[in-house]
Formats: sequence, structure tokens, C-alpha cells
Amino acid sequence: MEGFLHQIFSGLANGIIYGSVALALVMIFQATHHINFAQGEMATFSTFVAWWLMQSGWPYWGAFFFTIAVSFAGGLVVQRTIIRPIEKAPVLTNVIVFIGLLLIFNAFSGWFFDHTVKAFDSPFPKDSVLTTKYFSAHQFGSAGVLLVVLLGLFAFFKFTPIGLAMRAAAQNPDSARLVGIRVSWMLGLGWGLAAAIGAVAGMMVAPVVFLDPNMMAGILLYGFAAALLGGIDNPVGAVIGGLIVGVLENLLGAYVIGTELKLTVALVLIVTTLTLKPAGLFGKKVVVRV
Amino acid sequence: MSKLLEVNKLCASYGATQVLYDIDFSLEAGHITAILGANGAGKTTTLRALCQIVKTSGSIQFDGQQLVGKSTEAVVRMGVAHVPDGRGTFTGLSVEENLRLGAYVRGNKDEMAQDMERMFKRFPILKERRHQQAGTLSGGEQQMLAISRALMLRPKLLLLDEPSFGLAPLIVAEIFRIMRSINQEDGVSMLLVEQNASLALDLADHAYLLETGRVALSGPSDTIKNDESVRRAYLGY
Repeated sequence: MEGFLHQIFSGLANGIIYGSVALALVMIFQATHHINFAQGEMATFSTFVAWWLMQSGWPYWGAFFFTIAVSFAGGLVVQRTIIRPIEKAPVLTNVIVFIGLLLIFNAFSGWFFDHTVKAFDSPFPKDSVLTTKYFSAHQFGSAGVLLVVLLGLFAFFKFTPIGLAMRAAAQNPDSARLVGIRVSWMLGLGWGLAAAIGAVAGMMVAPVVFLDPNMMAGILLYGFAAALLGGIDNPVGAVIGGLIVGVLENLLGAYVIGTELKLTVALVLIVTTLTLKPAGLFGKKVVVRV
Repeated sequence: MSKLLEVNKLCASYGATQVLYDIDFSLEAGHITAILGANGAGKTTTLRALCQIVKTSGSIQFDGQQLVGKSTEAVVRMGVAHVPDGRGTFTGLSVEENLRLGAYVRGNKDEMAQDMERMFKRFPILKERRHQQAGTLSGGEQQMLAISRALMLRPKLLLLDEPSFGLAPLIVAEIFRIMRSINQEDGVSMLLVEQNASLALDLADHAYLLETGRVALSGPSDTIKNDESVRRAYLGY
């Protein structure tokens, strides 16, 4: 029983990381109806930046917040310079550009920081008070950090004029322009926020899986599964989807299929969701009148 | 009277298809002008051209500034509010959020709260529904919301695209009565596009009649209303 509970709790800890990646995906999807395949590699690059800062002697939290700011700016710049020119292009053009970005960021990570696997410190040491029976200090701490991020985002979208404008722009760009919202900049902000969320997820997952240029490949897959399961247009659904995927992955890995086949869980979930309930658990079914 | 809006040789096209051909018209500050015409005459396109949503050429002088070549957002920021066809409310957001968005570019919280109270006074039903999603409102309520949202901008010019569309006659009468009071009490100039010619001519001071993208006829509303031959040929009643 204790082992079972332990699997569930560490599943939840992983799940909130998947949920954050899923949230970053949903953020861009809501506004543009595209899935940013480069989300994971952008997060990896951000994590490398944090690692490099810490190697240069920065304290953990200094590097943490600076990396978030750099990632936000980076996401904004990518949208302004690379994505904006193809805003109205067909979906396949966008997919190709996203894959191109994935390769570029992956190569940059390897080029600047080389391909050796690196240890990444956790700000929550093993012997701290956060360590409990079911959670390691890092699991507890990272879940806390990501929860704060999620609540912060919720408050931003719910209570600030810019957040409201971003929601309006995502929902109905034409009407948004008619109330004077600069829709294109709202998309840029969305990219910035998604990159920043990705950076936090990357820094929280790096102490667990170790840092190398392909660190986020598997995590992004779980993120996709989480976003699809929760409903790709629903931010709350994405987070809940992440938790479900995390727990399911852990339980199946421990008791049914073994750890080697864990990643398959994500793929099976993706295929199952798309065939049985394409809108996801909490997604809106889109009906098009023809 | 000074001209608030002066349009010269306005052309507009969707891709390769030209819809407006050398349209001239003007609007005096504080007045209501109606644009009438059959389906496909270019009425909606005229409003879209003013907001720079479609590709345009020619000249649009608004309040001393040229609108052609500006972005839609910039035109709105100059004080042109547009109630588009289909109303354009944010259906997934609440009534209150829709109104807040209307005042988005003004960014003055106190004024916004005052204006919202004024809208609620004018349309009490919106106050009852303020936390409800806009998509759940009835057609008439949504039209009221769309007009209120546009007024939250404190516009100099209000563009209205078929406010009577798809609504019951009683509600149409109510909305037109409120539009008149908005014009008289707040001095908001309006450019009104309507299929319902008799209704529009009752409200407007001046009217233009479009036919396949050109101005076929213009004049004071009373003159057009009382001209038997015009009525029969163009307005069909």
C-alpha cells in the first residue's frame, strides 16, 4: 500500500511538470490553432542558460528568475521575427517552421553547451524540511513552484486588462481589433509566456532527468498527451490532463508494463484520445456549419 | 457645421474583387447618416473600409486625419467605434468583460466604472446579466451589449452595421429609440447601415443610397422618404 501511494504521489509530482508543458502548448494553440513542436527544445535551451549562469557563479534563484525573463524575451522575439511573417500561411508551413525551430534550438543547445549530460542542482536539498514520507524535497518544491506559476497565470488572465485582452484576441481576433487591441502583439506575448512557462518546467525537471540537449523530448511527448487528454483548448484541462498522465504513467510503469515501456503510455494515450474523444476530457467540441 | 468625416473616391476590394467604386460621402459632427441599399451593394464594405479592415484606396478624412493606410487598431484609437454585422461580441467572455474590453484603449479605471454604470442604466438587462457569458444572451441583448461595448470607447463616431438584423420588431424599436437618445444626449455621431430603409430614414438626418458599389443617390432623409419614385425604385415599400 505504501508503495502504491508513493507511486501516485510521485506521479502527481511528474504530472504537474507535464501539465506545465501542456499549458505552454495550449497557450499558443488557443491563439493560433497551431501546436508548437519546438516548445520542449526551447525549454531545454532555457534550462541550459540557467545552468550556464549558475556555472558562472550566479545563485540559484537569481539564475532562475533571470532565465525566466530571458526566455520570455526570447519567445517574444521568435514570434515577432519568425512566426509573424507566416501567420496567415497554411498549416503545413507552420508545422515545418516549428520543426525547423525544434532542430535549431536542439542544435544550439549542443553547440553552445556541448552534448555531455550535466547535473543540474535542485534548490530544494535532500535534507530540507520539505522531505516527507511520500515526496522528496525536490518533488514537493517543484510542484509548489509550478502551482505558484499556474495561479499567477490564472490571476493574470482573470484580473489584468492585458490578460483580458489576450483572451479576447485568442477568441475573436476581428472583434479584438475593433476594440483597439493590437492582436499581433498579444500573440507575441503569448509566445513569451509559453516560453517562460517552458523554462520553469525545464528547470524543475532537469534535476530529475539530468540536463542534455534532448532532455525535453520525452517530456514534450507527455505534455502532448496531457494537452490532448485535457482538451487542447482548455488551460485547466491541460493541467488536469498532466496530473492524470503523470499518475497513469507511474502506476502502469510500476505494476503493469515496466519502466522501459513508460513512454509508450504517452503515445497510446494520444492515439486513444484522438480516436475516442478528439476534443479531450474538458475540450470544446467544435461544430462547423457547412 | 463642421464635417467629422469626409470620404473621397473611396474604392475597396476583397482580393481581386472590387466592391466599392469611387464613393464620396460626408458626415457632419453630431448627425446621423444612413447608408441604404440592397444586398451586395457595398454597405458593410463601406464600414469595413472606414475601419481599414479591407484593402482601400482613396481618401478618408476623419477629424482632420487621414485614415487610409492606418491599421484597424489605430483607427479605433482615434475614436471610431464599430458595431460589426453579426455583432462581434466576445461570446465566451462575460458581459462585464465585454464592456471592459470596449474601454480597453482608454485605460482609465474610474471613467470606465462610471461609463459601465451609465450603460447599465441605459440597458438595465445588461446589469442583470453582467456575470453571464455573452454567448448565452438573446439576440436583442447581444445587440445591446455590442452597442454598449462600442460606446465604452467614448467614440466620436459610431458605425452601426444593421442593428435591426434578426430581431423582433419591438426590440428593434427599443434599440432605435435608445440610439436616438444616445445621439441627442451624448452627441455621438453615427453612420448607420440598414436594410430596413423606413426605420433608418426616420432616425437619420441624411442618407446615401448605394447600388452595386456606387452612390446612386443622396440627400436629406425627409426628401428621400417623400420621393415616391425613389421609394419605389430603390427602397421597395
